[in-house]
Amino acid sequence: MPVKVVEEWLNSCSGCEISILNLGDTLLDLLPELNFVHIPVLIDHKYYGQTGESDVIEIPEADIGIVSGGVRNEEHKHVLEETRKKTKILIALGSCAAHGGIPAQANMYTNKDIFEKLFRGSPSTDPASDPNHPNVPQWLDSCLALDEVVEVDVTIPGCPPHPDWIAEALTALLEGKTSWSLPERSVCDTCPVIREKKSAAGPVRRCFENLEFNPEEGLDKMRCINEQGFLCLGPVTLAGCAGKEGVPRCIQARTPCRGCFGPIRKGARPMVDMMGAMSSVGLDPKTVVDRRAIMNRYIGGHGNLRPLPARPARK
Amino acid sequence: MGKIVNIQPVTRIEGHAKVAIHLDDAGNVADTRLHIQTLRGFEKFVEGRPVEEMPRIVCHICGICPWSHHLASSKAGDACFGVTPPPAAVKLRRLMQMIAYVGDKLLHFYFLAAPDFVIGPDADYAVRNVIGIVNAAPNIAKQVVHYRQLTAQILENFAGRAIHPTFSIPGGVSKPMTEAERVEMLAHALELLDFSMFTIKFAKENVFAKYIDAIKTLGVIKVGHLGLVTDDGALDFYDGKLRLMQPDGSHEDFADDEYLDHIGEHVEPWSYQKFPYAKKWGDGPAMDLDNPVGVYRTNCLARINVCDKMATPLAQAELEEFRAEFGRPTHLTLLYHYARLIELVQCAEQTVELLEDPEITSSDVRKKIEPRSGRGVGCVEAPRGTLIHDYQSDDEGLITQANLIVGTTHNNAAMNLSVKQAATELIKDGTYDQAILNKVEMAIRAYDP
Ligand code: SF4
Ligand code: SF4
Ligand code: SF4
Repeated sequence: MPVKVVEEWLNSCSGCEISILNLGDTLLDLLPELNFVHIPVLIDHKYYGQTGESDVIEIPEADIGIVSGGVRNEEHKHVLEETRKKTKILIALGSCAAHGGIPAQANMYTNKDIFEKLFRGSPSTDPASDPNHPNVPQWLDSCLALDEVVEVDVTIPGCPPHPDWIAEALTALLEGKTSWSLPERSVCDTCPVIREKKSAAGPVRRCFENLEFNPEEGLDKMRCINEQGFLCLGPVTLAGCAGKEGVPRCIQARTPCRGCFGPIRKGARPMVDMMGAMSSVGLDPKTVVDRRAIMNRYIGGHGNLRPLPARPARK
Repeated sequence: MGKIVNIQPVTRIEGHAKVAIHLDDAGNVADTRLHIQTLRGFEKFVEGRPVEEMPRIVCHICGICPWSHHLASSKAGDACFGVTPPPAAVKLRRLMQMIAYVGDKLLHFYFLAAPDFVIGPDADYAVRNVIGIVNAAPNIAKQVVHYRQLTAQILENFAGRAIHPTFSIPGGVSKPMTEAERVEMLAHALELLDFSMFTIKFAKENVFAKYIDAIKTLGVIKVGHLGLVTDDGALDFYDGKLRLMQPDGSHEDFADDEYLDHIGEHVEPWSYQKFPYAKKWGDGPAMDLDNPVGVYRTNCLARINVCDKMATPLAQAELEEFRAEFGRPTHLTLLYHYARLIELVQCAEQTVELLEDPEITSSDVRKKIEPRSGRGVGCVEAPRGTLIHDYQSDDEGLITQANLIVGTTHNNAAMNLSVKQAATELIKDGTYDQAILNKVEMAIRAYDP
């Protein structure tokens, strides 16, 4: 008997769903065992019945629920709660669902400031009141991770998660397991670069120029990005972005890690730990420009980012 | 008292939308609305972020076309810092963009749109989807899955991330391409070109010819068009001037940083998505089916209408065949699907051309940047339409103001009109069923929002 699956997206970008499709041939192999009963990106199952006659949102019962995106508005919250109710195992797919993700950068601002900017502070927009209608769901006070609203059984982190982990987690659940998680290792643990435990001193460099490397040589011949003086969040980020084999994706592009897989373990404090990691190679963490936002880039949920009291304008 | 028919979620599109069809007492359509229900607030929360970080932040606006935002943002950043990237960097950006778009167009055609045509618009929803296609045409499905995954793999092997890339950055790109990488990629590019030619041929024979009656009626509206063209009028995805075409085909060209003179955005209380309109066409916008004011479309049908020609030979031959049958400009909404595949051919051809260009392996791929205050507008054609990023930075190179108009947003008014047109034509005397409601959605799906 194929297992019934529900998939939903909330405050998301579709990248997580594309990552499911990027399973490619593996997806074709898994399909006979998965019966998708609701997945808006691919299948026309409707909340209010196929001809819209019902007046409550209904998600079908299923064994597995997969939800991407954080919780931004009342309707997201409702759909998430309904999915939780109807599914035996709930998977948080991707860093938006797990930690708030990039959209939780909005948590640095009040809703009032955001709406003011969007609807009355844009050079191309004819100023107007905020949209307000039963069919445009009201925002919550902040952008939340799923587990701030309901219980989550399995988390597949990443922005987006690598298809290898989606396949592995689904396979584990198909085999009757009820949990799955990535091993607690850091991106650095899977990174082949040369480390000497010291850096060129001075303020942390911004990416105004490229890293130093010889493109004809592998990453094992390149010096660690932090040691080159740039900020790389590898030390405090969960490993796995390259899937089962391969090197961390951003490092492969010769660019620094920005932490898209989130913290290495629950309860970790990446910002504090990263300051320690920088100090240990002789970098001054205080010189990181836009530090709070950059170090919490993918993890602004769980109260990690909040509006700061207004500061006097800089002269 | 009439009633409201709700279609939610609108499916096989990217994003969250709801259609509300208001029926009058007699059961005929009084009004319709396409409500866009999500809003994330990027324009606000990027304030204060370093300009050079922007391309790897704003790509998260869309996981289906992250490369478009990535590149528009890089170009806006180039302009903010006042740097011109080296030629090889521009070629590598274009190359990544073309490969990503080949993948995207295959995704849209086969996974999102084709179920309506190959399985049929009236079929039960349980089979009218890509899984239905896998069962009905397993050989084609296998190839589609393979080639779409191949595009992702090429991007990932070279640029690290296929979704939400980090490769492009103000001043250029993060690394050069080696000769070995070029040779390997070229072999794949030739396969992609073959499969693209197969796809357009397959679609012409099995879809467009078969559904010509639906094409001539469903969602048809007469509005303007917007898209990028090169100086000599060829369709281009990365750079050029903007061309805004009136419904009658007359047009005006302007530089991307003059967009504020031509495009305004209107807000309606019932949608989070704004309604861009052509400022110079009257007191717009008016979403009146009989007399729309200021409404234009973007995305592939618009690009195919505004360009004088395609940039590559095989795509040009396809355009000539298309124009011989439908003219210029054409207003038939379902032809978005056809236009998308003509573009697929150009993207695949340009991938090969770029990889055959010896300059692409030059090691000079990044200019050093110095922070300064400035303004930069970056514009590219995203799969879903003209994408404009407009940044202002302070003297530390931090964002002080960002304005974004994304592809799908330009189409907001047009999609509302197409929904209204389709619903009005299809729903009479209170009679409708799931097949009819799906056809209303097909009018949206054509735009690939
Ligand atoms: S985790 Fe990343 S890919 Fe997934 S929805 Fe969020 S932004 Fe998109
Ligand atoms: S800090 Fe970055 S470059 Fe250095 S080892 Fe860790 S992940 Fe690799
Ligand atoms: S290197 Fe870091 S930011 Fe980049 S993909 Fe991996 S975990 Fe994500």
